[in-house]
Amino acid sequence: MTAPGTSADHDLFAALPEVDEEAQHRLHARLAAAADEAGILDVAYRTIDTPVGGLLLAATERGLVRVAYDVEGHELVLEQLADRVSPRVLRAPARLERAARELDEYFAGRRSRFDVPLDFRLSHGFRRTVLSHLSEIGYGKTASYAAIAAAAGNPRAVRAVGTACRTNPLPVVVPCHRVVRSDGTLGQYAGGADVKRALLALEAAA
Amino acid sequence: MRRPPFEAVVARYGPTVLRVCRAVLGPTAADDAWSETFLSAMRAYPDLRPDSNVEAWLVTIAHRKAIDQRRAESRRAIPTGDLPERPSRDGVPGGWETDLWAALEALPLKQRQTVAYHYLAGLPYAEIAELLGGSPDAARRAAADGIAALRRTYLKGAAAS
Repeated sequence: MTAPGTSADHDLFAALPEVDEEAQHRLHARLAAAADEAGILDVAYRTIDTPVGGLLLAATERGLVRVAYDVEGHELVLEQLADRVSPRVLRAPARLERAARELDEYFAGRRSRFDVPLDFRLSHGFRRTVLSHLSEIGYGKTASYAAIAAAAGNPRAVRAVGTACRTNPLPVVVPCHRVVRSDGTLGQYAGGADVKRALLALEAAA
Repeated sequence: MRRPPFEAVVARYGPTVLRVCRAVLGPTAADDAWSETFLSAMRAYPDLRPDSNVEAWLVTIAHRKAIDQRRAESRRAIPTGDLPERPSRDGVPGGWETDLWAALEALPLKQRQTVAYHYLAGLPYAEIAELLGGSPDAARRAAADGIAALRRTYLKGAAAS
């Protein structure tokens, strides 16, 4: 919306900054803390830098709900969270402190499993069953799509396991990168095949 | 029923709402009013109709918060019947916190509100009339009087310095 009136009238307010970055920053932090305190911070998020690019981390009050790669489009992911969880989405790093620390440690080769609470609400049905079996694949190991299908109780659902892995809302933390094809090739990955290869190399080297 | 993440609302409208709060309440009280406004807006956000004018909605909330705040201030102050005149604080010499705010603070509250809602937030006079009571014409006159007074006091002072 453009304010009406003549430009001379607007010059009256030229001294009042249109955007006061310092104040916005301070007030935003205050809002995030107050919203959390009031129990209305439904989705808190932040981004972190990692060797495989920027990661978006989002958490509900229950736990980490979404990890997203740059290639997924962070703006789009935030819109999906607004649609599927709640529109009360705010950049609020405090709630993600522990997840960020654990991921830092993982990428430094100093952590082989994650202890942060997880919120699986973005995953349903068979896909969720599949994800629950992924943590059984140990750090540095791999399993085939077929093996996971069998573990999830449906040996014929190999393609569905592939879909569950590709749509994993919590990549890295729920290790879908450890699921590969029976012939040893990598298969698809939400962050791209190069990222999958990098994660497996990181775990093999540690 | 798609609504953008609330973060996008803060990013897009936060600066304008802060200008409005500052022009109506001054540098010190504006922070509290902004914070109350966005906390209250975030609480109600899931129920906001998707076709709503978000900026007008936020200015309406900010208007109510400003009234609450002035009431609370006047309860704390010695009851003289008038709202207390507060000296500007944290002012940078030559910044808006001193000269412009001094000129704004000297306006009757209704003129200050009308000027801020119209010239800073772009609200039409009809909507301002709904907020403040009275007719759109009265709102237009209040804004014109306010702007004229600011030209006399603030601009003349700025030109002289």
